[in-house]
Amino acid sequence: MKGILGRKLGMTQVFLEDGNVVPVTVVEAGPCVVLQVKTPNTDGYESVQLGFADKKRPTKPEAGHAAKANTVAKRYVRELRGPLSETYEVGQEVKADVFASGDIVDVIGVSKGKGTAGPIKRHNQSRGPMAHGSKYHRGVGSLGSINANRVFKGQTMAGRMGHERVTVQNLEVVRVDVARNVLLIKGALPGPKNSFVTVRSAVKKR
Amino acid sequence: MNQLLREIVAEQLRSDFPKFRPGDTVRVHVKVREGTRERIQVFEGVVIRRRGTSVSETFTVRKVSYGVGVERTFPLHTPKIDKLEVMRRGKVRRAKLYYLRNLRGKKARIKERI
Repeated sequence: MKGILGRKLGMTQVFLEDGNVVPVTVVEAGPCVVLQVKTPNTDGYESVQLGFADKKRPTKPEAGHAAKANTVAKRYVRELRGPLSETYEVGQEVKADVFASGDIVDVIGVSKGKGTAGPIKRHNQSRGPMAHGSKYHRGVGSLGSINANRVFKGQTMAGRMGHERVTVQNLEVVRVDVARNVLLIKGALPGPKNSFVTVRSAVKKR
Repeated sequence: MNQLLREIVAEQLRSDFPKFRPGDTVRVHVKVREGTRERIQVFEGVVIRRRGTSVSETFTVRKVSYGVGVERTFPLHTPKIDKLEVMRRGKVRRAKLYYLRNLRGKKARIKERI
């Protein structure tokens, strides 16, 4: 497992050498700092904790934790759980060059919030007929059997949609720009522009 | 747009083409790859459309080849185009010349812009 934290900047398209166009998301990736290295002996599992983007007003515990790595507190702190492909040291800098073009990655982010959404948008339910006196248009459908005398848990209804953790798997790294700390990743990533994302090597492809 | 994103977009853009607009007749030199060999193919016709902005801008060239209308759409900034020449400037009154598809022969002529 290797990975980096970053910020989604937006989408564009690039031309490959063969002239084909690919849609890419531009991710400002790192530089990140290794804040802590967890080992099975001390923590019960293996992982590396990365931090990205300085925090304006850190709490004392946050500042103290970062001081161990000789840095300032970070806004976006995430762990990459092992087995780790490389050895990390506390305070070490992680840059965009951990990935090369052609690598397959998973990207984790927080999706755009949609607010209160109806069941059609939220759960892909079907719409009722709009005409012929139907009176049933976009409402929730059946809530289940009447014999149960209750509604089962997990019944799909209207409610808050979006703003949840989303992982998009098996995206290709199209280009790595170490000088600018930028990754170009093929396809769309979850979340609005300027939101934080975690890029890690794909779990399902080795 | 973010500054970094703007720089990445700017790197892709090509500025070596002459100005052209819908109604102009252009000659597009396209790089064609056949196995390992690369050669240049010329596609000449009337520009009937330009759409999009920045890297995603494309243009469509229409020609009538052996009595069959052929249209080809190119990304404006693609590295596959070797060279683009403007052969003739046309005077047209709209941005999208889709009406040319329904016209043939003498009626499909476009006045020259001077």
